[in-house]
Amino acid sequence: MIAADKNATNTAPNGASLPRTAGGGPNGSPAGTTPMVTVRGLGKSFGTNEVLRDIDLTVNRSEVVCLIGPSGSGKSTLLRCINFLEAYDRGEIRIEGTLVGYSEDSPRRRLTNRELRGLRRNVGMVFQQFNLWPHMTALENVAEALVQVRGMNKADAAARARQMLERVGLAAKADSYPARLSGGQQQRVAIARVIAMEPHLMLFDEPTSALDPELVGEVLQVMRDLAADGMTMVVVTHEMGFAANVADKVAFLDHGRIAAFGTPREVFHESAEPRVQQFLQTYHERNSF
Amino acid sequence: MKFSVIIDALPYLLQAAVTTVWVSLLGMLLGQVIGVLVCVARQSGSRAADMAGGVYVSFFRGVPLLIQLLLIYYMLPLVGIDVPPLVASVAALGLASGAYVSEIYRGSLNAVPHGQAEAALALGFPGTTIWSRILLPQAFRISVPALINELILLLKASSLISVVGVAELTRTSQTISASNYRPLEIYLAAGVIYLAINGVLALFGTAVERRLQRG
Repeated sequence: MIAADKNATNTAPNGASLPRTAGGGPNGSPAGTTPMVTVRGLGKSFGTNEVLRDIDLTVNRSEVVCLIGPSGSGKSTLLRCINFLEAYDRGEIRIEGTLVGYSEDSPRRRLTNRELRGLRRNVGMVFQQFNLWPHMTALENVAEALVQVRGMNKADAAARARQMLERVGLAAKADSYPARLSGGQQQRVAIARVIAMEPHLMLFDEPTSALDPELVGEVLQVMRDLAADGMTMVVVTHEMGFAANVADKVAFLDHGRIAAFGTPREVFHESAEPRVQQFLQTYHERNSF
Repeated sequence: MKFSVIIDALPYLLQAAVTTVWVSLLGMLLGQVIGVLVCVARQSGSRAADMAGGVYVSFFRGVPLLIQLLLIYYMLPLVGIDVPPLVASVAALGLASGAYVSEIYRGSLNAVPHGQAEAALALGFPGTTIWSRILLPQAFRISVPALINELILLLKASSLISVVGVAELTRTSQTISASNYRPLEIYLAAGVIYLAINGVLALFGTAVERRLQRG
């Protein structure tokens, strides 16, 4: 269905600052459609520590791309660069063709948070720690951005928030404060808060890592439903089952590089990359008893 | 012990207690305003403002309130500003309290997890809205117990303004016991009145906390 993008095995150094044609190759998207996300030659350092290097990645519309890899491999940093919660140093990220975080001028100028608002309202993010606002009810958490960012009136926002909570199966918890909800419920409210904004793209940063094992399933189910509805998603996860069954593409990161990229089958079963095999081996050992 | 002297003195003591409450309330109010301003200065990102705020806090926290009060009371007339004792008292209480309050607010703001603002940022919130809707309400909630504590300390510290002649509770107790030679009864009564006022403050604090901790 989807031809493998061979960015992963790309050994030639990319011209870090050179924008290349979006997509770069056969990627299965309908002709003339801009990919949702294109990452080209991305690099980032914390001091002398290079956390991302030469990252190339294309995410097409309605695709689910999972970023996997050992901790410290840079997958969360990559995700946070996509909505510019983290600034990158080299290369470029485009969302629907628009450069993220910098002006198109040369030399590029870093955009302010104010200038980034337009982009961010179309890119939802779900965090590992949920980050619900504890002083607002579940309903208020979902309605807040509709009022403050979309400019909806309170009644319409509340009605829409209620619909969204219904969609994640939490209509009954609308008036509960986050502290009264389980981790899984909190994360579902956080997802409702994002989808209420009708984002074009959703970023998930280890959405189930802070959850008790028995609560992981309900969150993954909501994410599966979203994927089935055609939401474009980039998911940093340690849930290999989710990656294998739901993702269209999987990117394996190691030491700030994409070491393997392709369909789940290509990465999990056909990759010759020893680090992938080693990572999966460790994963299986940890999860068997 | 002769409790009838307390009954006789009670109207005067209560009247003085009203002064204590007023001076303290005004001092608290001034302290809150100064506290917010100093806190904003220190969080503003400007090095100069941060330094100025830091110097302010270390001075007013480091010098005893009694000395500050006497400095304000005796120094300002030297430069031609004649301050009534009541104004000097409110100013001293407010300036000192402001230093503590600014630190309480600063600590509370830092105690709000970073992810709280980040979630709003990622949704496209304007910066001012992140402050007004997400950060400040939470910082305030965190600060309530420490603020109530500070208010209680301030109310007790207001006994110091007796030295500049304001007829508040402590000063009035001194005056009465100097004339009826019954210091034990009078000071005991004064102590109970202070305790009662602070009890009300503490109850108020608990009520506010409970209301804010619905979540």
